[in-house]
Amino acid sequence: MKNAENPWPMEKHELTGSFEQDSRFALGVWTLVIVLFIVSVLAAGIGAVSLSSGEVLSIMARYLGLTHAPPYWPPSDDVILLQIRLPRVLGAALVGAALSVAGTLFQGLLRNPMADPFVIGTSGGAALGATLGVLLASRITVLGFGAVPALAFLGALGTMALVYRLSRIGDRTAVVTLLLAGFALSVILSYAMSLILILNDRLQLNTRVVYAWLLGGITVTRWSQVSIIALLVLGGIAVSFAFGRSLNALSLGDETAQQLGVSVERYRAAIIATGSILTAAAVSAGGMIGFVGLIVPHFLRLNFGPNHRHLLPLSALGGASFLVFADLVSRVAIRPTELPVGILTAFIGGPAFLFLLRQTKREYRF
Amino acid sequence: MTAVHLEKLCFAYNGRAVLEGVSLDVSAGARLAILGANGAGKTTLLKLIGGVLKPTHGCVSIAKISLHKLSSRELARKIAVVPQMCVVPFAFTVREIVELGRIPHLRTLQGFSMADRRAVDEALAMTGTGPFTGRIFNELSGGERQRVMIAMALAQEPEILLLDEPTQQLDLCRQGEILDLISNLNRSKGLTVIAAIHDLNLAARYFQRLVVLHNGSVAKDGSPAEVLLPELLERVYGGPIQVVPVVGESLPVVLPLPQCNEENPKQCGRSACGEE
Repeated sequence: MKNAENPWPMEKHELTGSFEQDSRFALGVWTLVIVLFIVSVLAAGIGAVSLSSGEVLSIMARYLGLTHAPPYWPPSDDVILLQIRLPRVLGAALVGAALSVAGTLFQGLLRNPMADPFVIGTSGGAALGATLGVLLASRITVLGFGAVPALAFLGALGTMALVYRLSRIGDRTAVVTLLLAGFALSVILSYAMSLILILNDRLQLNTRVVYAWLLGGITVTRWSQVSIIALLVLGGIAVSFAFGRSLNALSLGDETAQQLGVSVERYRAAIIATGSILTAAAVSAGGMIGFVGLIVPHFLRLNFGPNHRHLLPLSALGGASFLVFADLVSRVAIRPTELPVGILTAFIGGPAFLFLLRQTKREYRF
Repeated sequence: MTAVHLEKLCFAYNGRAVLEGVSLDVSAGARLAILGANGAGKTTLLKLIGGVLKPTHGCVSIAKISLHKLSSRELARKIAVVPQMCVVPFAFTVREIVELGRIPHLRTLQGFSMADRRAVDEALAMTGTGPFTGRIFNELSGGERQRVMIAMALAQEPEILLLDEPTQQLDLCRQGEILDLISNLNRSKGLTVIAAIHDLNLAARYFQRLVVLHNGSVAKDGSPAEVLLPELLERVYGGPIQVVPVVGESLPVVLPLPQCNEENPKQCGRSACGEE
């Protein structure tokens, strides 16, 4: 007979697993902070008028009052950097962070690494709301941004609420029905947008903006717009950090999460609302940019593990870096024409995702 | 001391009654198995005790406190449920899974304290999962995964442990190991253990008290010797059953009776259950 108290004695060095994970996480955060900084400085420098990285940093330092040395660059460079490039770079960073974090939230909630704001209809709802905002209420402006983000949020939340209600069976939400309902609604919403485009000839509306939206591209150009997007995105990301542990528990299924003391229904509503706000903010500023919410969390999960307490902050930083880079490439790839960044993310993100999927099929057994 | 008290518990799924007035008292430190045919309500009973389902009538109380007065956090500190073989969609390590057991003890953004780490280490040590804390949960064998699920439940530091078919999908020796582990936890830590078990022979050998569910109520509640009777089992399971004594053992072995045909001529002439 084996020792009744402890038949499997354990050695001391085997108790260090989670410290190792924590230090890996810290390394990941610092790496991504540095990557984001370098990519942003590069993106701010490259364009029709080229600014060196040193010049970008000097202008920034002077503007922030860190140095009072006389400028060695023409005053027009100040305007290019502070009024044109920086809002664009920050806008791209915010959109990327919002899409990645929203993707991470939906994937964790639905226990499905393929879930994405686009798959479950949130983006479609936000885009339709935003389109209506542009076409019908473009003259109403609140804080310099118009009714667009508000209608985008209503669209995203409305779609999610509808998907959520449609997919509820009894007192719980089945993942399969949620995904199917989301898919059906996204199709309806995208054709609703097409319908608006066709009707436009009669209504004499401005559809150029809608086309830009469908293709996906960073459209924020003013600080006032960036600051509103920043408020929504940073707020949403901060709130999402509170969901980390519950999302980990939800990975084992609703019932197990409930038995681990997580108030599943309450958290689910909060996670959906936060994901909708982030998606709405991203769609208002960047239109339908696909695959960011899929590829970034997936890549980070492969490298840093699936723990959502780590994954959410890493997704924010990784998504920001990825989209600033993608936006930079889309600006310079076929100069002087600007490529819509949505095309680029689909071409980079799609195949990369399929490749990763092939490599890690094991992870997706259900 | 009563750990779990069930008072005339009724439950219906969409109007179809599953449990009709189950009353039960489980004393603290007991080791109890719930038996019954498929669909007899074993899992439903466990879910009612675990608070996942709400009874249509009657009430569940845990240590004299009515279940509906406890928040899910408070409940999770008293009762831990070992989930049935679950698949995790992401590549969590064993340690990360076991750490989930600390959720009912932690505030939303609170980090792990020394006490939390100690509880996790202890749960790993007790279940023998220490040697593979860094491995990916989904890549473990069935027996190893079941150990990790038990470790997660132990990390909750519960008073009561609920298990639904803990030996399902395990090979013979892994079944024995898991039930040995559960018995050890019951003896050394005084954990109250309630398990739904399919296998009568294993249930009789590893549990002191067997509760047999039939037609939505308790058909028999007693020691293994009082339950392993052919008449009772044939009535409950609705089929011919033989109870075979084993030389040198106090408990017999229960087997289903093969159909009468040319391969089994011995069985001919014995009437099938209940029919005359």
